[in-house]
Amino acid sequence: MSTAAITSDAGPLDPTAGHHGALGRLTQAILRNRKATAGTVILLIVVFVAVFPGLIARDDPQAAIYDQSVGPSAQHLLGTTQLGQDVFAQLIWGTRLTLIVTVVVSAIATVISMIIGVTAAYVGGLTDRALSLLTDIFLILPTLPLLIVLASYLPPGSVTMIVVLTLTSWAFQARQLRSQGLSLRARDFLAAARVRGERTSYIILVEIIPTMTSLIVASFLGLSVFVVGFAAGLQFLGLGNSTELTWGTMLYYAQQGGALEAGNAWWALAPGAAVAFMGAGFALVNYAFDEIGNPALRPVRKRRARTTA
Amino acid sequence: MPAPLLEVENLSVSYLTDAAEIGAVDRVTLTLNAGEFLGVVGESGCGKSTLVFAIAQLLSPPAEITSGRVVFRGQDLVQLSDSELRHVRWRDYSVVMQSAMNALNPMKSIGAQFKDTMRAHDRVSPDAIRTRSAEVLRLVGIDAAHLDSYPHQLSGGMRQRAMIAMALLFTPQLVIMDEPTSALDVVAQRSLMTQIKELQQQFGFAVIFVTHDMSVIAHYSDRVMVMYAGQVAEIGDTRSIFEQPLHPYSKGLLDAFPSVRGPRRPLTGIPGSPPDLGRPPSGCRFHPRCSEAMAECTTTEPALYTVGDTRVRCLLYAEQLRDAV
Amino acid sequence: MRYLLRRLGFFVLTLWAALTLNFFIPRMMPGSPLQALRDRTHNKLSPAALNSLLSQFGFDPHQNIAVQYVQYLKNMATGHWGISIGGSLGVPVRKLIGQALPWTLGLVGVTTVMAFLLGTVIGIVAGWKRGGLLDGIVPPVFVVTSALPYFWVALLMILLFATGTHALLPNDGNYTNGLTAGFSGHFIFDVLKHAILPGATILITAIGGWILTMRNNMITTLAEDYVKMGRAKGLPSWRIMTDYAARNAILPNLTGFAMQLGYVLGGSILVEYTFSYPGLGYLFYTSTTNHDLPLMQALFLVYTLAVLVCVLLADMLTAGLDPRTRDA
Repeated sequence: MSTAAITSDAGPLDPTAGHHGALGRLTQAILRNRKATAGTVILLIVVFVAVFPGLIARDDPQAAIYDQSVGPSAQHLLGTTQLGQDVFAQLIWGTRLTLIVTVVVSAIATVISMIIGVTAAYVGGLTDRALSLLTDIFLILPTLPLLIVLASYLPPGSVTMIVVLTLTSWAFQARQLRSQGLSLRARDFLAAARVRGERTSYIILVEIIPTMTSLIVASFLGLSVFVVGFAAGLQFLGLGNSTELTWGTMLYYAQQGGALEAGNAWWALAPGAAVAFMGAGFALVNYAFDEIGNPALRPVRKRRARTTA
Repeated sequence: MPAPLLEVENLSVSYLTDAAEIGAVDRVTLTLNAGEFLGVVGESGCGKSTLVFAIAQLLSPPAEITSGRVVFRGQDLVQLSDSELRHVRWRDYSVVMQSAMNALNPMKSIGAQFKDTMRAHDRVSPDAIRTRSAEVLRLVGIDAAHLDSYPHQLSGGMRQRAMIAMALLFTPQLVIMDEPTSALDVVAQRSLMTQIKELQQQFGFAVIFVTHDMSVIAHYSDRVMVMYAGQVAEIGDTRSIFEQPLHPYSKGLLDAFPSVRGPRRPLTGIPGSPPDLGRPPSGCRFHPRCSEAMAECTTTEPALYTVGDTRVRCLLYAEQLRDAV
Repeated sequence: MRYLLRRLGFFVLTLWAALTLNFFIPRMMPGSPLQALRDRTHNKLSPAALNSLLSQFGFDPHQNIAVQYVQYLKNMATGHWGISIGGSLGVPVRKLIGQALPWTLGLVGVTTVMAFLLGTVIGIVAGWKRGGLLDGIVPPVFVVTSALPYFWVALLMILLFATGTHALLPNDGNYTNGLTAGFSGHFIFDVLKHAILPGATILITAIGGWILTMRNNMITTLAEDYVKMGRAKGLPSWRIMTDYAARNAILPNLTGFAMQLGYVLGGSILVEYTFSYPGLGYLFYTSTTNHDLPLMQALFLVYTLAVLVCVLLADMLTAGLDPRTRDA
């Protein structure tokens, strides 16, 4: 009587399968997808620069001691500002605050949208409709105008920026999170939890949310792309805190200082490029995440010549 | 004897993914004569749908025909270019899919979908289009008023019949059906099957009918092909296969269906599950689950052996007259 | 029909929410912007004029807040948007907006529509031809361009085309000072010259998002059974691409497109600012630096209205195209 084991176990159809553990598989997935690799590298660079700026730029970014508005040279890789500060140093040292603001805003906004989305999905009924309505309203209100209005009323500073940005961006992902919450709601493991008598809040926090990790990570990444741009935009308009050093405030001063017309164009271009760089990093990783999750979107292999028997 | 309508020779289909190449269909050979009703049965994942879509030249990446010929009315479809194929499509053979809700364009009315098919093949006057559309709908028992309806406005059974009507627009010689009754309840299933058989007898087209449920085609098919792990396990007369299945897998399948009449006996299933086609078992693909496996089954790949009118891929019959594959 | 009515109701609700936000925020802020306002206009407006202005916005401290609120809503709804207290002191807000509106409509409106149409078509073709050259290039390129901040692209444009002695195109304003406005060919040409760079900026940054969403939707749609059926029936390729694939792929996008419009509008503010292009965006910016409350509030209303109108239009279009919603 053959109760023989099935020949192949359901491992990934991967010739290099042998790495175990979630981190190993994640690294695998990243390395295999070019976009993910590029994006991850970008982000790692940014984080490194943010954590160890002193290793890369020796100059004090605020020291206005150099020649003014000089173009790039060996001594000043990106030239100097109107006041004689080293642009390169500013760029490197400004990374930290820029990254912090971005990550904090995205994280808080993701958490808020998660709570609202999942609660709406799980509790349903009137709560759902009210929360969905709230989400839709916030989604439709044009972001930058709202940001501008809010920021101009509040005292300038990083905290204001964080608050204001979070308020305008939490709604972006709430809808998707709610949809996934809805589809999970009917699943068996939740019914099991209900039967056990668990409280709703427990079910939401402990059962549903961990299952949605991939969507949550994707939300965080997608949101970051926008937050980077919006934050910089706000600061560019002078509505951030101009005393703090971020890429956005660099842009503000560059514009005010006439960098393009009369001075050092790199003063204006470099921080903008940096914003684009970081945004692209998040966008690439996010896009690749999509592809990894949905194989239909992956690049198609070239067709090979057909052979006849 | 007239030439067969369809000759499939050594057809293989693979899914070419980044990670690996998965053989979904392995060197399938079959012949179909005009007016014949062939049932193709097997578990989910055995490759039966992939096979018929390959025959119909409807595969999408990453699935690809990697070798073999599909000779339909003397032409090898695999070698035809897209534009040459287009002439043959629907006119000479058509396709009916499992779920009409998914197979019909939700944005277009039934009539519009009939119309674009007819327009694609010929210059036809609007009147002729309307007449023919009403005609095929009547064949399946649907009122012509529904030509203006959208798919979501019809019931499930009606939708399915509308799909069949569409398949008959040009009264093709072959209609390939991929589990058309699986989405219906038992009563609707029966009614649809009867209708299909009547139409077949009326117009004389051949049918390839894919299903995972052998009982559905038991009374309607002329021949049955049992598939396992991308290969033909057994193929022969319906009667022979049902009364005297040769392949242990076919036996297992039939044993799993209780008979309404006859003595009660315990139900048996087939232990285990279908193999991973990325790494199929050595030798006979069924040996890990086979109750009659022999020593050589793990090492020797069986060919299709002829036993009477049936051909079976099983080493138990290897001593019989071989029919090379 | 019911569907549209519901959407209209939502539209009104959102508008009301925006207005309410606008009303309450200044009141909730620390410090008193109102006092600052009084200080600023001290020498320019008589206290009586200032008070009548403020009461138009419900800032009348002598009435209770509910009455102020209702008064405010009424005024906003009927177009009594007060007078500017910023750079153009005393000029009715409506007039200022009216002057700036056509420029923004022309610049932003036209380029956004172009970006949308072009983006959709490119997205459709890129999604249709899987594995082709277009499909390989499109995603990475446009993923990057869609992440580029508007103002940076604007700055780049200026740098490349509008600075130095060999400037090809002007880098600010909407037409050369001193030219008389009118429908002369010379004037129109000048206007276009000034519009190219800002327009190109918007086009480049906005198009990426639309291409990508359309492409992804197209790919998902192409996997559907009815597309396979289209092939099976022997329909010509272009017909499958348009009638079966694109038609279904566009739908989930339409409302999304309209909502992305809010993002494009925001970007246009930055573009107008960078190019000193006197449209609504530039007006918005100057109103914030001048703490010109009436103007700022009115502009916020205009922007919200614009987005809502587009969303409503998109909804109507969806209802018109999709037979399933008609019966819902």
